[in-house]
Formats: sequence, structure tokens, C-alpha cells
Amino acid sequence: MTANRLAESLLALSQQEELADLPKDYLLSESEDEGDNDGERKHQKLLEAISSLDGKNRRKLAERSEASLKVSEFNVSSEGSGEKLVLADLLEPVKTSSSLATVKKQLSRVKSKKTVELPLNKEEIERIHREVAFNKTAQVLSKWDPVVLKNRQAEQLVFPLEKEEPAIAPIEHVLSGWKARTPLEQEIFNLLHKNKQPVTDPLLTPVEKASLRAMSLEEAKMRRAELQRARALQSYYEAKARREKKIKSKKYHKVVKKGKAKKALKEFEQLRKVNPAAALEELEKIEKARMMERMSLKHQNSGKWAKSKAIMAKYDLEARQAMQEQLSKNKELTQKLQVASESEEEEGGTEVEELLVPHVVNEVQMNVDGPNPWMFRSCTSDTKEAATQEDPEQLPELEAHGVSESEGEERPMAEEEILLREFEERRSLRKRSELSQDAEPAGSQETIDSGSQEVLSELRVLSQKLKENHQSRKQKASSEGTIPQVQREEPAPEEEEPLLLQRPERVQTLEELEELGKEECFQNKELPRPVLEEQQSERTPNNRPDAPKEKKKKEQMIDLQNLLTTQSPSVKSLAVPTIEELEDEEERNHRQMIKEAFAGDDVIRDFLKEKREAVEASKPKDVDLTLPGWGEWGGVGLKPSAKKRRRFLIKAPEGPPRKDKNLPNVIISEKRNIHAAAHQVQVLPYPFTHHRQFERTIQTPIGSTWNTQRAFQKLTTPKVVTKPGHIIKPIKAEDVGYQSSSRSDLPVIQRNPKRITTRHNKEEKL
Amino acid sequence: MKVKMLSRNPDNYVRETKLDLQRVPRNYDPALHPFEVPREYVRALNATKLERVFAKPFLASLDGHRDGVNCLAKHPENLATVLSGACDGEVRIWNLTQRNCIRTIQAHEGFVRGICTRFCGTSFFTVGDDKTVKQWKMDGPGYGDEEEPLHTILGKTVYTGIDHHWKEAVFATCGQQVDIWDEQRTNPICSMTWGFDSISSVKFNPIETFLLGSCASDRNIVLYDMRQATPLKKVILDMRTNTICWNPMEAFIFTAANEDYNLYTFDMRALDTPVMVHMDHVSAVLDVDYSPTGKEFVSASFDKSIRIFPVDKSRSREVYHTKRMQHVICVKWTSDSKYIMCGSDEMNIRLWKANASEKLGVLTSREKAAKDYNQKLKEKFQHYPHIKRIARHRHLPKSIYSQIQEQRIMKEARRRKEVNRIKHSKPGSVPIVSEKKKHVVAVVK
Repeated sequence: MTANRLAESLLALSQQEELADLPKDYLLSESEDEGDNDGERKHQKLLEAISSLDGKNRRKLAERSEASLKVSEFNVSSEGSGEKLVLADLLEPVKTSSSLATVKKQLSRVKSKKTVELPLNKEEIERIHREVAFNKTAQVLSKWDPVVLKNRQAEQLVFPLEKEEPAIAPIEHVLSGWKARTPLEQEIFNLLHKNKQPVTDPLLTPVEKASLRAMSLEEAKMRRAELQRARALQSYYEAKARREKKIKSKKYHKVVKKGKAKKALKEFEQLRKVNPAAALEELEKIEKARMMERMSLKHQNSGKWAKSKAIMAKYDLEARQAMQEQLSKNKELTQKLQVASESEEEEGGTEVEELLVPHVVNEVQMNVDGPNPWMFRSCTSDTKEAATQEDPEQLPELEAHGVSESEGEERPMAEEEILLREFEERRSLRKRSELSQDAEPAGSQETIDSGSQEVLSELRVLSQKLKENHQSRKQKASSEGTIPQVQREEPAPEEEEPLLLQRPERVQTLEELEELGKEECFQNKELPRPVLEEQQSERTPNNRPDAPKEKKKKEQMIDLQNLLTTQSPSVKSLAVPTIEELEDEEERNHRQMIKEAFAGDDVIRDFLKEKREAVEASKPKDVDLTLPGWGEWGGVGLKPSAKKRRRFLIKAPEGPPRKDKNLPNVIISEKRNIHAAAHQVQVLPYPFTHHRQFERTIQTPIGSTWNTQRAFQKLTTPKVVTKPGHIIKPIKAEDVGYQSSSRSDLPVIQRNPKRITTRHNKEEKL
Repeated sequence: MKVKMLSRNPDNYVRETKLDLQRVPRNYDPALHPFEVPREYVRALNATKLERVFAKPFLASLDGHRDGVNCLAKHPENLATVLSGACDGEVRIWNLTQRNCIRTIQAHEGFVRGICTRFCGTSFFTVGDDKTVKQWKMDGPGYGDEEEPLHTILGKTVYTGIDHHWKEAVFATCGQQVDIWDEQRTNPICSMTWGFDSISSVKFNPIETFLLGSCASDRNIVLYDMRQATPLKKVILDMRTNTICWNPMEAFIFTAANEDYNLYTFDMRALDTPVMVHMDHVSAVLDVDYSPTGKEFVSASFDKSIRIFPVDKSRSREVYHTKRMQHVICVKWTSDSKYIMCGSDEMNIRLWKANASEKLGVLTSREKAAKDYNQKLKEKFQHYPHIKRIARHRHLPKSIYSQIQEQRIMKEARRRKEVNRIKHSKPGSVPIVSEKKKHVVAVVK
């Protein structure tokens, strides 16, 4: 019975304990709780009774008299039993009582739930917050990286960075309140409104806009291309015209003018053939021009210039000449057209026109009276040689040009070409006349005046001569068919001779003069004939066919001589080489002078001596360690013995071979110059990676002495430019094209206090 | 006979107006202008010499304070106005063009610890040893009115520094913690603290204006984010940092003036290694301020001199000192980047040219061209020893000079010892620490 009681009491005890251990969440019935104190006491008694019953298998129960580490949270200790207490063990006894089913359920639910982790301590949390914030900030800042990099590498920074944009407002916006008041204004505006013209924005009318819109894209493109082409062509043309205008060469302009005149002539000729009425009109025009000239007194020595020249003419030959030239010009211009017979019309046509066209005349005259010695020289180089070959050709050409126009047309020769040939002809003529002038005695100076007059109307004379020749040829074609060309040719140059005599200045250098002198002698020897005779022969060319022959021969001989002389390079008769010769001479003089000035010193020997000394100086010296008087007698007049000297002489080692060993004209010193070292960079400076790079930067000059103004300015732009008196604000996001954050910098709490407070409330609740 | 004459087109040589320069035909054929390098070298040499001859940087001394000048502030809108606070609590406003004091305020009892102007230039703030923050109007009171602050905030602890936000009506003070204040309130919006030590200075970033930097006496520099109301990172250096200054052109660069005679330029994203260590001072660096161009900064030191450093150079390009100038406590670079002001112990504010040999006043275009050319020449030939020697030559007071020598010796000895240690220990056991890393103790996240 006692045992039964004991068992019952034990069970009750375990129940009690278990219930006490349950978490407080699980509400217990009041009644169970009340009986707690009674039970404990009973339990104590019971334990004592048991211990008194059996002393052997008494089990020591844990006593909880003090706080210990091993006390678990739930007041259940499994100490002493040697095994872990499992929840299931505790639940086992509950099985019987159905009243505790709810508790059981709850317990099982607890078993399935996971435990919540411990919250981190405050410091850790803050650290995490900081890290997150830092990463965010770093990200925000990284947007500045390209800006900073750009500014650091910038060639030039101009501060202040923000550019003050001038506020440009259209006038309509500024004067919005403006209204038309005066009647005129009102009228104008009425008109504008009626025509739908833009009043405020003066760009395009609605109509224009519509038309613009109406044009298709392709059309517009085509149109634009067309316009572009036109513009380009115009610009090309302008550029060409400008270029041509800029050409300084008078010759060129002359040629151009002449070409134009020729063209006009040709057209006129064609016109005459095709449309005689129009040609007549043209002719009338020319006639009118002549009349105008006659009326205008333009070339009649009445102008200011002419008067001044008239004063000078008394003393100055050239002035006189110029006056005469002008007069002759006048004469030509005012001369009436020659009415030629039908048969000769073809031949005379060109001549007439030549007379009519002032350009041609002027050109010829200029060529005749004002021989540019410079231009001339450059030309003579080829003409002189060509003179002989050209002589026979000359006439046929002249003929072709002057006599038959139809022939000229047949030839494929361009007009310019013809002109150029004309030049050459004239030049050769001049040349020949010059040569013959040399042949003539100096006494022929008297003829100059009479000749000069004729010079001025050279062309006319020429053409007349040609006409005559032509006539004469016609006459004598049967009798002297063998040498018609020579015949025809001869008179012209003979006539020209005195004209060309005027220009002795062509001979410019001593050499030329000498040469000319030689020629003279030669000619004199060859041709002892008097000049008069020659002239006579010229005047009667038809009577004496031998004379021209001889003349021709003479010329050819002269030319031969010429050739001979020109062949040898030592004789400088040509213009350009003459200059060179002059320079050579100057140089020679210079050299001579230097030689004279430094006659005393022999530089080369001095240099050699210097070099020898330098070599000696750079050689390592032997060291002589002999002590006179050591081991033998010493004193005045006594020398240490040769043996001893040999013994104590320390020979210096041979140095490396000199670098200038094989360079006779150079001394290379390998000694370092300390004074130069102060001006030399020893170590390659930092930003450079190669010495050549550095040298290149040093060798590029930046001064305005070596650079153009623009380059100089570019090279010397300062890295940082500040404006005096301007405040430089820190860089802003807007300055570099970023959008500045519209977000306020105020702390989160300040900006959004509600959110924070709710959070706080939550925390409080928890 | 025709007389041929040379003729010129008047368009080629006649000036349009009298003020135009005469057109000079030039021939740039290099054969006509030989020896370009030697000639430019001589020109560079002369330019360098002239630069030294004309190097007269000292402009004016503003006297009137009755105690050492403790802080300076620039007017944000007016170049001529400067504010200064002294150790006796006096604040003075100066006019630089007239070089006189235009207003005097007895602002605090004890030191004026910090002074800053509002971004609009209408008012300024001062903090003092009397635990107050005061806001003052920039314009003086009317005749007969008393000089009174607009607002006064009485704090619990001493404030040691103040800085105003660049755009908003917010300012920050530092003392035991960094406080951010709304101008309208008497309590801080937020207080940020990290560790427990007195913070000596706080500065707003001028570009990313929500960033702040502060330095505390426990040798650290702390960065804060005002938006998130949290500190960001902390770097601990060898010795205490006195103040920092942000680069006004590079948002993430700041320079710290340290007690160990050096200045450290940091990229705030990588605090473990400074971008550059600037060393030349021979005593504690007390203040630093950036040029508004962000290319240079000026530092004030306890060694009675101020130095100008290029941002990317570790050595100074210029040192300014005068016999009477004592420990320089504060320095500012004016907003037009032409002048430097420094306030020192002996109660004076001095005005210097930022470029010692620069000509003041208006330059003609030819002068400007010559100046630019000379500058470029100096740059080009700067590595030549002769020129370098002349350009680098500065006169120093004996104290600084001897200090430099001494420190050179000390540094050499330290270096030698380190080299020896490396030489005589197991290879790799003694790490070689670069000069930049040497001074950073730790970076705390």
C-alpha cells in the first residue's frame, strides 16, 4: 500500500514539475497552480521517507539551492541522470490525460518552429550602414572621374568655368507692348497682314514656307547641286580671272591682246565673206574709231606729258624719240584705209587690218623702241644660235602670214604661235641688224635720226616692203626664180639696219664687247666694201641680184663666226652666264681680298701644329722616379746614369686610340667641359621616356622669331587662364554637362520626419 | 625712255588706323634664324632671372587685431571683403582694396574658433569658446544701433569649428560631435559621431555638397554623408590632422594638414594610400586652402612660413615668410586665385601675391604675349641645371634653413637604418613600405 502511495506521489510530483517548467505563454489552470506549495512539502516528506526505507539504491537528486551555470533556462536539469532530457520524455506522461491535448499541440508546434537569430550588436549595424553609405557615395563621386581627368590633361583651362551667356531676346519679345500708332505704321502693318507677311519673325512668309514644303526632296537636292555647281564654276572663273590679272608679264598680256585682235580680225574676215553688210558695219565702226582718234587729239603732242617731253626733247634723245613715236602712232591711227585693187585685196587685207588694229601697232612699236635688256638677254640665248637656221625660214613664214591669208588659215598653226614666231622673227632681224651695225663704221651715226623715225612705223614699213617684194616677185618670177626668197628678204633687214643701230646698249659686258670687236675685225676683213655701196645695192635689189647673195653669204659667215664663238664656253656672250661670270669674278675678287688680308698666316700648318700639341697633351705621361744622387754622386753637371733612369722610369700604359686619328682636319677632345655641363641636362627628366623625345621638344623653337604669329600664340598658350577680378566658383555639375541632383542635401530625418517617427513608434511597440 | 620703278601696293603696308601695328614682313626661313636652341635657352635663362628679380610677393599687412588671428573667411560674392576672428573674441571685416578694417565686432568671449560666411554673402557665422554659435549680418548696424547677432545658439559643449553648406541654409559645427544645423532652428538636425574625441575642424565638400570631412584629435580624419546622416569612413594617420580642405575642382580630392609637418592629399574613395605626400614644412602644418582653380594649394605652418604646393607635386613651389610673421594659424586663397591671405600669431593679416613675380594691373597684349612666351620658355628649359638652380633659389630665415638641414640629416639617418635593416635581415622579412603608405596607420570602415 505504501508502495502504491509512493508511486502515486511520484507521478504527481513529475506532473507538477513539468507544468512549472512550461513556458509562461501556456496558460495553466488556476487550480493546479494553487496546490503547488502543499505538494512540495508532501514531496519533501516523501523523499525523506523513501531515503529512510532503503539506504542502498538511493538516488541523489539534484538540489537547486544556488545559481549555477548548468541551470538551464527552463529550470529542468538533467544532471545526475547522465542523459539528456528530451521533450518527448516530458510529454510521455501527458498522454493519458486528454485535458492536456491543447498543450500538446502547442508544444509540437513549438518543436517545428525555427529559432530567431540574435540581433547584431549596435556597432556592427553601424559599420554595415557606413559601408553601404560609403559605397553609394563612391559611386556618386565616380561620375566626376572623366571630368577630373579631362581637366587635368587639358591644354588650357579658362576660369571661371561657367560661361555667362548673353541673354539674346528677339526685339518682338522685348517690345511686346509695342503697337502701330502713326498712320504710316498702321498702313504698313495693314499691308503686311493682308499679304500674310510675317510681322514679328522676319524669316519666311507662309507662302514661302508652303513653297518650300512643296518642293520635293530630290528636286531640292538637284537644285542645290546645280546651284553649287554654278557657284563653284563662278568661283573657278573668278579665281582664273584673278590669277590672270595678277600675271605681271607684259609679254603675256601683249600676246593675249594680240590673240584677241587676231580673233576679231578673223571673225571680221569671216563676216565679210558670210555677211558683207555686217562686215561693212564693222568697218564703219573701225572707221569711226579712226575718226574719233582724229578728233580727240589724243596722240598729238598736246598733253601734259607730251609738253614736258617737248621741253626735254632739245636735250634728251630719248624724249625726242618718245615724241616721235607718239606722232607716228597718231599718224597710224588716223591714216585712212587704203583701198586696194581687187587682185591685191587678199594680200593687203591683213595689212590693212594690222594698221587698223591699234594693239598690233603698239605692240610692235613697244617691241621696237623699248627693248627690255633683261627680257632680251634671256631670249637671245636661243635666238642667236637659231638665227642662222631661221634666216631661210623667216621669209616663207612672213609670206605666209602677210601675203596670203588663205594659206594662214590652212596651216594648223595657232595664232599665238604665229605671234610668237613673229616675235622671234623680229628679234632675229634685230640681231642681224645689230651685227651688221657693228660691221658698219661708227660714222653712220648721222643716219640715226632719220632711221629712228622709221623705226616707229616699223610695221608699216615692213608690210610695205613685203608688198613691194610681192610685186617684184611677180615681176621677176620667171627670170630669177632661183632666189626669190633671198631677194625678198634682203631689203627689209637692210632698211631696218639703221633703225636697230640705236641700241648699242645691248652689249653689256666687256666680254661681249671684245667678242663684238673680234667680229668687227673679221667682218672688216671679209667685207671691205663700203657701206654706201651696200646701201646702193640694197636700193636696187632687182638690178643686182649678186649683191643680196653676197649679203646673204656675209651674214651666214658672221653667223658661223657667231656659232664658233658661242660654242666655246669661255666666251660668255649669253646673258645669264654673263651674270654668273660676274658673280664668279666677284667671288674671285673676294677670295683674292681674303688671301691678301691673311697673307701672313698659314692656317693649315697652324692647325696641324695645334693638333700635334693636343695629341701630345692627351698622351699619358711616363713617371720618372730616379733620385739624382742616390747611390752615386750628385751635383751640378752630373746626371743619374742611363741604367738607373731606365730602371726607375715607369712607362705609362698606351691610351686608347684617338678618335681623330684618321681625321686630318679635326681635333676631337674627349675631355668633359665643366663649363658646358652647367648648361646640359644630365638625367632624362620625368615625363619623357626617351632622350630623343626630350631633345625634340627642346629643338622645336616656340618663339615668334621662328614661328608665325598664329603658331606662336598657339605654342605659348598658358595652361591656366584666370580673369582678374572674377570670382572662380567651385565646379558645378551643370558646368560639365551633368544634371545637378535636385535632391536636397538635408539629412533623411529632416526631409521626411514622419517616416522616422513611425519607425520609432514601431520600435517602441516591440 | 621709260623709267621702271619698283612699286608697292599701299594695301600691303598702310595701316587702316593709327592704332594698328605696323605690318612687318617676315621671312621665316630657318636659314636666316640660326641657333634657335641656344637663343631660346638664353632667353629662358633671362626670363628665369627676371622672374627672381621681380619676385616681390608681399603686398600688404592688415593690422588692427589685438590678439592672434585665429580664423579667416572669404566673402563669397565680394573679392575685396575678408573676415577674420581673433583669439580675444573679436571679429573684424576688412576691405582689401583699401587695406583697412571696415567693421569690428566683439563676437565672443575667449577665442573665436571658427568663422564662415553664408553662400549668399549676406551673413556670417562664428563659433567661440563661450559655447555659442552666432549669426551676424554682413552689413553693419545702422547709426546708433548696437552690434547684435541675428541669432545666437547656446550649445552644451564648446564648438571648435564651423562651416556653411554651399547651397542650402545649413551649417555644420564640430566639437565633441559633428552637428548639422538648420539656420532656423536652435537644435541640430542631426549629430554624427564616431569615437569620443574632440573634432577640430569640419569642412563641406564644395562640389558634392552633402559630403563632409572632419578631423579629430585622435589622429583621424572622418568623412560624413549628410544625406544619410552617417559617417562614411575613417582614416587614422601617424599624427593629428589640424584641418582639411576639399579641392574645389575635383570632387573626391581633399588635402589634410598634419602635425607631422606634412600634408596629405587623399582620394576619398581610397583612403589607405594618399595620392600625394607634400613635405617641405619644418613644423606642424596648421591650415591649408585650395586655389579656386584646384591646381595648387597654400599651407600655413607653425614654422612661421606659408608654402604653395602644386597639387601633383610633393615639394612646394614657393615659400613666403617675413621677419615679423610669427606662427601662421590660418591661410586663405582669394576667389580670383590671384592673392593669398594669412593670419598669424602676431595679430596681423598679410596679403601676398599667389604668383610672386606677376605684374599687377592691366597688361597690354604685347606684355601678355611676352609673359606667356617667357612662361613657356621657363617650362621648356626647366630641367636645365643652371635654370633650375636659379628658379629654385629662395631665401629662407635661418631657423627654417637650419631646421631643414637637421631634418634632412634625420631623414637620411632613418633611411640608412632602414636600408641596413633590410640588408641584414632575411630577404622579405622586412617589408619595404613606401613613403605614401608609411603615414597611414589604419582605415576604419
